[in-house]
Amino acid sequence: MHNEYMPYLSEIKEVIKHTDIEYTFRITYEGAVKPGQFFEVSIPKYGEAPISVSGINNGIIDLTIRRVGKVTNEVFERYVGDKLFLRGPYGNGFDVENYKNKELVIVAGGTGLSPVRGVVEYFSEHPQEVKKLILIAGFKTPKDILFLEDFERWNKKAEVILTVDQAEEDSTYQVGLVTEYIPKLSLKNVEEAVAVVVGPPAMMRFTTQKLLKTGFLEQNIWISQERKMSCGIGKCGHCKVNDTYICLDGPVFNFTKGR
Amino acid sequence: MGFYFTKDGMNAVLKRLMDEYLVYAPIRMIGGGAFSDTNSVRYGQISKISDIIFNQKSEYSFKEILLPLSQTLFFFTEDQVKEAEAPKKGAIIFLRSCDLHAVKRLDEIYLRNGFEDYYYKRLRENVKFILLGCQNPFENCFCVDMQTNTIDTYDASIEQAGDGYVMDNHCNAWESLLSSHCLNQQDVQPSHVTETGVHVKIPDGLSIDAANSKMWDEYDDRCINCGRCNFVCPTCTCFTMQDIFYTDNGKVGERRRVAASCMVDGYTDVAGGGSYRKKNGQRMRFRVLHKVYDYKERFGYHMCVGCGRCDDICPEYISFSHCINKLESVVKEVGDNNA
Repeated sequence: MHNEYMPYLSEIKEVIKHTDIEYTFRITYEGAVKPGQFFEVSIPKYGEAPISVSGINNGIIDLTIRRVGKVTNEVFERYVGDKLFLRGPYGNGFDVENYKNKELVIVAGGTGLSPVRGVVEYFSEHPQEVKKLILIAGFKTPKDILFLEDFERWNKKAEVILTVDQAEEDSTYQVGLVTEYIPKLSLKNVEEAVAVVVGPPAMMRFTTQKLLKTGFLEQNIWISQERKMSCGIGKCGHCKVNDTYICLDGPVFNFTKGR
Repeated sequence: MGFYFTKDGMNAVLKRLMDEYLVYAPIRMIGGGAFSDTNSVRYGQISKISDIIFNQKSEYSFKEILLPLSQTLFFFTEDQVKEAEAPKKGAIIFLRSCDLHAVKRLDEIYLRNGFEDYYYKRLRENVKFILLGCQNPFENCFCVDMQTNTIDTYDASIEQAGDGYVMDNHCNAWESLLSSHCLNQQDVQPSHVTETGVHVKIPDGLSIDAANSKMWDEYDDRCINCGRCNFVCPTCTCFTMQDIFYTDNGKVGERRRVAASCMVDGYTDVAGGGSYRKKNGQRMRFRVLHKVYDYKERFGYHMCVGCGRCDDICPEYISFSHCINKLESVVKEVGDNNA
């Protein structure tokens, strides 16, 4: 009988500092992982927190963590060579098959970019598998931008709109909410185009509304939800919404189910 | 096979069973009531048959035996973890029909919804259930309407009969033990309730739109979100993880899971300060619809077993069964709004 609650150790190999409160921890993990799945990361004494994977490479996973709570505060005290406890991966994750041979629009707000980063990476490495790839990524201000070096790379393979909610006057970044760019997208057939939306609840609500208004069909939109979780495996009840367990049935939902 | 036991015969059986099992039943907790100098009936270990309270409902259910209020999962140092050991003995639980139906709900969540729960399973595999027959319903019971008044998946049943006890046995391993201590063998059918004082009707056409009703607002002020309804409920299964460290050695500690309540503050708090269902009415809606609507959507049968303990325990006299009976007009209200 397998004990899913027992965590295993993972070593921190690299720490990438994006902002003061958002770092990516590159840590060891052997096994299959999909973008959009999450791990329960823990540090004894401080507890566990569900963190989604932001990158998957041979034997290494990236966890992009925002320093906002008891556990994540303590994770930020760790550095290369230190260890974290993990269990997982849990959740369904994104299935790239759903987006193949389609015009794909990915809209990400803030740290919402982390769970979809794997999808962006996949299609920027396999551009022939998608008719078109558009990434709209929004951040509060220029200093909140994550994965800046990735944007330069993605720019060559995809149509990338990097925008900030507000900036100093001399800023080189576009200023505007992600929703403003949606009606202006040049898509051949909006009714067959697919969209992935991940970000804070309000951003997801307004973005999906705008997508629908622009002509996207409900069944062609995917979102990723976030809730409090204690177990990640369908037991503790914290993430239940109606008859759905975010940890088991999600966190990625087709909009027809997840709205 | 059915048996009749004298009190001494029954105690001899219990004594033998206690070699192998911890035996739990509803017992009287002297001074354990909510008010001074009052008693309560709760689950505890028994050593003789007269410890069992046959004629009262237990305030809390049996569930703490399978899902302890606080359960240590493992011990840790900074970079090592060591699993907590399982109890050496199995358990026998005396419980009523509604509660045995509740076991099915616990199994649904802990054995089948997603991963199998290691800690639940290792206790559950070594538990036997002895059904307490119900001759009469208690206050606030509504098992008949929830169709949980009868059950036959018990290992044995027991009831008082005159100065002795009658038992129906389903457990082959106990057959010879029971026949050797009984006064005689006879046909035994456990009693069950066929009519209750409280009735509930879960309306057809209930949907998640019921969440939009104004009816729930009434509970914003009435409910004080103490969570007692969750803790007494035999089908509530939520928990929260908790790490503790020993004061004498801050580098060694344990991870536990402790019972959680969807009515109590903090249940939905996410890192960064967000939370869902801030009002008590919204929490009441979440709990009620889980018990009589959305659990069924997922698993095909209702979660609530009609034991009525939530009504018995509420310090604000909020009645769950009354609330269910309001759902009929809720369906009409949200139907009118949608029309």
